[in-house]
Amino acid sequence: MRVLPSGSAAVLVELDDLAAVLGLYAALADASPDGVLDVVPAARTVLLAFDPAVTTADAVGEAVRRTTPRPSASGTGEVVELPVRYDGEDLAELAGLLDVPPDEVVRRHTQTEWTVAFGGFAPGFGYLVQPGGNWDVPRRSTPRTRVPAGSVALAGEFSGVYPRESPGGWQLIGRTDVAVLDLDREPAALLRPGVRVRFVDAG
Amino acid sequence: MTLTVLAAGPLTTVQDTGRIGQAALGIGRSGACDRGSAALANRLVGNAADAAVLEVTYGGLAVRAEADLTVVTTGARCAGATAHNAPVRLRAGELLRLGAPVSGLRTYLGVRGGIDVPAVLGSRATDVLSGLGPPVVHDGDVLPVGAASLPLPDVDLAPVPDPPGGGVTVRVLPGPRADWFGDAGWARLVGQQWQVTSESNRVGLRLDGEPIDRVRTGELPSEGMVRGALQVPPSGLPVLFLADSPVTGGYPVIGYVRDDPRRSDVDRCAQLQPGQTVRFSV
Repeated sequence: MRVLPSGSAAVLVELDDLAAVLGLYAALADASPDGVLDVVPAARTVLLAFDPAVTTADAVGEAVRRTTPRPSASGTGEVVELPVRYDGEDLAELAGLLDVPPDEVVRRHTQTEWTVAFGGFAPGFGYLVQPGGNWDVPRRSTPRTRVPAGSVALAGEFSGVYPRESPGGWQLIGRTDVAVLDLDREPAALLRPGVRVRFVDAG
Repeated sequence: MTLTVLAAGPLTTVQDTGRIGQAALGIGRSGACDRGSAALANRLVGNAADAAVLEVTYGGLAVRAEADLTVVTTGARCAGATAHNAPVRLRAGELLRLGAPVSGLRTYLGVRGGIDVPAVLGSRATDVLSGLGPPVVHDGDVLPVGAASLPLPDVDLAPVPDPPGGGVTVRVLPGPRADWFGDAGWARLVGQQWQVTSESNRVGLRLDGEPIDRVRTGELPSEGMVRGALQVPPSGLPVLFLADSPVTGGYPVIGYVRDDPRRSDVDRCAQLQPGQTVRFSV
């Protein structure tokens, strides 16, 4: 673990891999150090934004070093089920790239649970990982300017659901009617880090 | 109680202290770009710190009070401003008009009771990057004003300096990826005057100057960042993140402008007009 400086109001903790991020984030999300306003996991890092009127970078860094990470992949226990129509525009082409039939892509996508690792691309967007999934999906060479809301997509080792219409370069494999971001719902975002996700083939 | 917007000017938004604690959901903080000036506006009219104000970019706002209202402007002093750092009583039907700023970029209009539009995800801040929050203010909007909660302070005038024109020097700290640029990169960051370009907005100040070169290659996995970050994209020209910056970014952060309580250099940067220059000092 390396604690890197990030200005007057944040520290950035760099870890060896995503599993270590998930473990540290799970522990910090439960019990943030005093004065910490936001804990932001990412692929290799956890950022802690704090109120400099309340605490200091040194104190926050020290509290992080004393934090015992949770065993990774345990998630929060909460499970979200997302019915998906696997009729995405890129499904056939992606199956060809992976050298499997389209049904096999669907089977692998639905067979085991995913876990929300982190967010960041847009409000309510979660980067989902599937333990043992071994996905390695290339991004589209030309990103789409408009990806419809509810699109279920793959890129690299991640799956995701577009909360709102937006540009995007991920491979689209299907679509869900579940609103992963609903500003009038509490909580507004379904795909919070640590939440487990089960994709179900809705035919 | 309401306030009618006769002219919104180039860009006026509703802002408060922003959305805190939701960054892990990809929801950035947003809020006033010059937090200190927005907080001062609220204090001067006896509002709670999280009350919403109007952030007026490059002046041009005209509003009419539809009831007796206590108002104040802070931040960039606009031509014709009659209530700058000094609260005044607007009678029902009276107008407040702001010309262009004499210096500085963002003026805050505080109204006793606060701008009482519906909150989105716990805040009334308009985030121009994500689109969250109330819509941008338009000509003809009628903005609700809330009920006053605190006593009016006994202050006629807050003696604060106006944002400066011309060249400005702000303090910088090394960032998490300063090593991607080496000593030469750091020397280039702190060794020149950067010009604020007209592509700047609430997301960030885009700076022009001699580009900063990387000493290492490869891609950085996206990581969390906060305002004040000096992110260096492949062009080598830094972007200084402001209120509506994204929660994570994929370009290395060479340094952070200091954002200390009561003395925020990020607030000062939020007042820079395009064409002004900024120098970073250690």
